[in-house]
This record gives sequence, structure tokens and C-alpha cells, in this order.
Amino acid sequence: MRGYVAIAQARARVLLQYRAAAVAGFGTQAFWGMIRIMIFEAFYRSAMADGAPMRFEEVVSYVWLGQATLMTLPWNLDREMADEVRTGKVVYGLLRPVDLYGQWFARAFALRSAPMVIRALPMFAFAMVLLPLVGLEAWALEAPTLEGLAMWLVALGVAILLSSALTTLWSVALMWTVSGDGVTHLAPALVTLMSGMVIPLPLLPDGVRAVVVWLPFAGLVDLPVRLFSGHLTAAEAAPMLAAQLVWWVLLVALGRALLGRGVRRLVVQGG
Amino acid sequence: MNDARLLVRLLGVSMRSQLQYRASMVMQSVGHLLVTGIEFLGVWALFARFGQLDGWTLAEVAVFYGVVNVSFALADAGGRGFDQVAARIKQGDFDRLLLRPRSTALQVAGLELTLKRIGRLSQGLAVLIWGLSALGVGWGPGRVALLAWIVVGATSMFYGLMVVQATIAFWTTESLELMNVLTYGGVETAQYPMSVYRRWFRRVFTYVVPLACVCYLPVLALIERPDPLGAPLWAQRVAPAAGLVFLAGALALWRVGVRRYTSTGS
Repeated sequence: MRGYVAIAQARARVLLQYRAAAVAGFGTQAFWGMIRIMIFEAFYRSAMADGAPMRFEEVVSYVWLGQATLMTLPWNLDREMADEVRTGKVVYGLLRPVDLYGQWFARAFALRSAPMVIRALPMFAFAMVLLPLVGLEAWALEAPTLEGLAMWLVALGVAILLSSALTTLWSVALMWTVSGDGVTHLAPALVTLMSGMVIPLPLLPDGVRAVVVWLPFAGLVDLPVRLFSGHLTAAEAAPMLAAQLVWWVLLVALGRALLGRGVRRLVVQGG
Repeated sequence: MNDARLLVRLLGVSMRSQLQYRASMVMQSVGHLLVTGIEFLGVWALFARFGQLDGWTLAEVAVFYGVVNVSFALADAGGRGFDQVAARIKQGDFDRLLLRPRSTALQVAGLELTLKRIGRLSQGLAVLIWGLSALGVGWGPGRVALLAWIVVGATSMFYGLMVVQATIAFWTTESLELMNVLTYGGVETAQYPMSVYRRWFRRVFTYVVPLACVCYLPVLALIERPDPLGAPLWAQRVAPAAGLVFLAGALALWRVGVRRYTSTGS
């Protein structure tokens, strides 16, 4: 276990160096969030909004929390991993006296958690403090209840585990398609729609929603966000969180099995 | 060889090089189509839930959505060369362009024509055609000409934004990611009618970047709907010219940037 922690920490320290990129990213995301909120605001002015399965304030928190934890989404490849597969450096992992899947997972975990922290804090400050100060109370992120906050932290942990397992799966796929073109172009479409980043899952047509909330993508954004805003109570969320953990176990098992097969047929050129 | 022929020749080279990897090109285009197409699925789902948007119907929003996506796809495909400028300045490679007896803007424009943008282009076009048919406004020559005029104006504006983003690198040496709020943020904004936004926000996208002039006002004339904000019909028809003015301004700024360029190379 200590080996994996060391791998994750080393990767996280590298990722935390890119602070200028984080500042630019924050500005873009804050602006983006405001556009999204204005669009939802206009939709909520319609007469049918009274029957909507979410209050406008819950949609607002959906937008801001989605932006704050954007970096946890498994919508791209780990570029460093991809380079190692292409250059053959990936074999060094086999030489280390720790499990290969564990190493890959630890790196994915760092990728999906460290950059999120430096983005989330300014986003919270912006959405909870700054927006009310400039007179945009309607767009501000509501403070959660203590229970909501605690459940959000638990669900966020599950989200990062799920995301790391999916990211590792994308990396494993590289052993078959070296360029990773398929993954880089299909993963964003799948992940953004199914996790609730395009529109909040409760606003989807009812039949679609009933299926999507049980898929492994709902745990990435939808579940944590709705616990934070109080749209879901802890009791309602418990079976859904359990389902997400089952998905995590399955995704890890799948990734591990595929990686095992990939290593068996791996041929690396060079000396 | 005159400038236009040279540009076509340069872009042809870029296209042929991409077609060397045909399977990859096709897969990237399909992926691009899916990623951008999902946006419209989201719009559709919101209309299914709320029925209407501030009095606008799905078909009307589809026309706004289609126009901005088609225009942005065209500008994005043709303007990718400007995306490489920051990297070239950083490496000192920009000097090479200055040695050639042609304008730098022309050479940069000729660097790349990104074929995979056909993904966004085709889904935007499909949504646009569906929206116009669903509204039943007819396809007379006047309407087709107006549509073409809108696309020219909007494409010029987005192209101008890419030129400005590249030009800023002459001062900062670093590509300014924050400009993405105007390009990608502009696309997101213009997918819905401007009247749904707050006034200060509309002002930014009218006077700082003429997005409302190229993607909102003329589309109202196209779908024959009076402007809820009160712009007269003649203004709606003339408005796309603002995109051309914006592009001309961007190119003038580019020349200023090139003049003060000092090489980072050794």
C-alpha cells in the first residue's frame, strides 16, 4: 500500500505545479457556469417549471459543483500514460515490485484528485461569496446542511475512485489502440452526457433518467451534487452509492483482467 | 501566384496530409460529430421538460444552434493555423515566416485546414435544416442568400476571434486560454436567442464581440420573427457586416503585433 501512496503523491506533486493553467481554467469555468445558469434561468421562467423535478437553486448548485469538481471527470486519457505506452517506457512498471494495475490506478487517482483541489477552492469562493457580493444572489451556491456536506464528501470520494478506475481502463485500452483516438473522441461524449454535465440527470426524460442514474457515470457528478444540495437524502442515496461501489469493483476487475491479457501479448522493441 | 491561389494551394497541402491517415480522420470526424451532437440532445431534453424557452420553440432555437455551429465549424477548420502561432513565437519559429515575401497572415492562414471539423459542421447543418423545415418558412432564393450572408458574417467574426487570440501572443508569448470564454463561450451563448440573457451579458456579446449582430439579429429576419428587444428589420439584415468589420479590425491588430514582434530565438 505504501508503494501506491508514494506513486500517487509523486504524480500529484507534478500536477500541482501547473498553477497558471489553473487560474486561466478557473476564469473560463466561472464564465461558462454563468452562461449555463442564465440558460436554465430562462427555462425556469416557463409555466411548466413548477412541475420540474428540481428547484432552480438545486440546478444552480449542480452547475457550480460540476465546475468545481470538473477535473475529476474521466473524460480524457492520462497523457503521460499514453506517451509511455507509445514509447515503450511502460515496461519499467513491470520491473517494480508492486502490482502493475495498482501503479496505474494510483497515478490515475492522483490525476483525478490533485488538480481538482486547486480548482475547487476558488470556485467555491466565487460561487458562495463573490456572487452574492456583486448582487447575483440568485446565482449563488447555497450552503449545504451539515449532513449534506458530510454525504457530499463521501460521495466525492466514491466519484474519484470510479473516475480513477475508468481512467485506468482508458489507459489499458491503449495497449490495443496505441494512438488512443477512439477513447479520446468517445469518452467525452459518453461521460459528459451520462454524468449530468450536459444537463442535470433529474431533468432528463423520466424513462431515460430511470436507467442513467444506475450506470457508473451517475456517481461521477450527479450523486455527489444532489447530496450537497439536499435533493437526495442520505437514506435515498444509500442504495445508489452502494450500486456505484459495486460498479467500481467491477471496473477494477475488468481493468485488471484486460491489463493482464495486454501484458501477456505485449512486445516492446528496443534494448 | 496571387494570394487567393496561394492560400488554396497551401490548404490543399494540409488536406492531403490529413488524408494520408484516412481511417483516423474518419474516426475523429465521427467522434467530433458525437461530442458536439450531444449538446443538441441536451437542448432537446430541456425542451421536453420545460416545453418552451421564454416563448421560443425548439425549432427556433434549432436555427440559432445550427447557424452558430456551422459558422464556428468553418472558422475553426480554417483558422487553426492561428492556433499554432503562440507555440511558434515561443520557439522562435515565427522568424521563418518573416523571411518569406508574403504577408504573415496569409502564411499562417494557410498552415492548416482541419478536416475533422466536418463533424460539427454536418450536425449543425442537420439541426439547422430541421429547424427551418419545422418552422415552414420556405426555401426561396432570398432566404438562402440571407442564410449564406449570415454564415459569412458569423464565420468572419469567429475567425477574427482566433486572429485576436493569436495576436495577443506577440505581447504575452503565451497563448491566452482566457480567450476561450469568447470563442467556445460565444458558441454556447449563441446557441440560444440572446434575449434570454441578462442585459450586461448581452452588452458584452454585442459591443465587445459582435456575436449578437452576426448570430442573433439576422437569424430573426431569417425565421421572420420580430425582435423582442426591438431591433428593426433593416438592421437585422445589415447586422452580419459587423462580422466582416471585426475581422478587418483583427487583421489590422495582427499587423501591429507583427511590427512589434521581437524574436525569442537565438
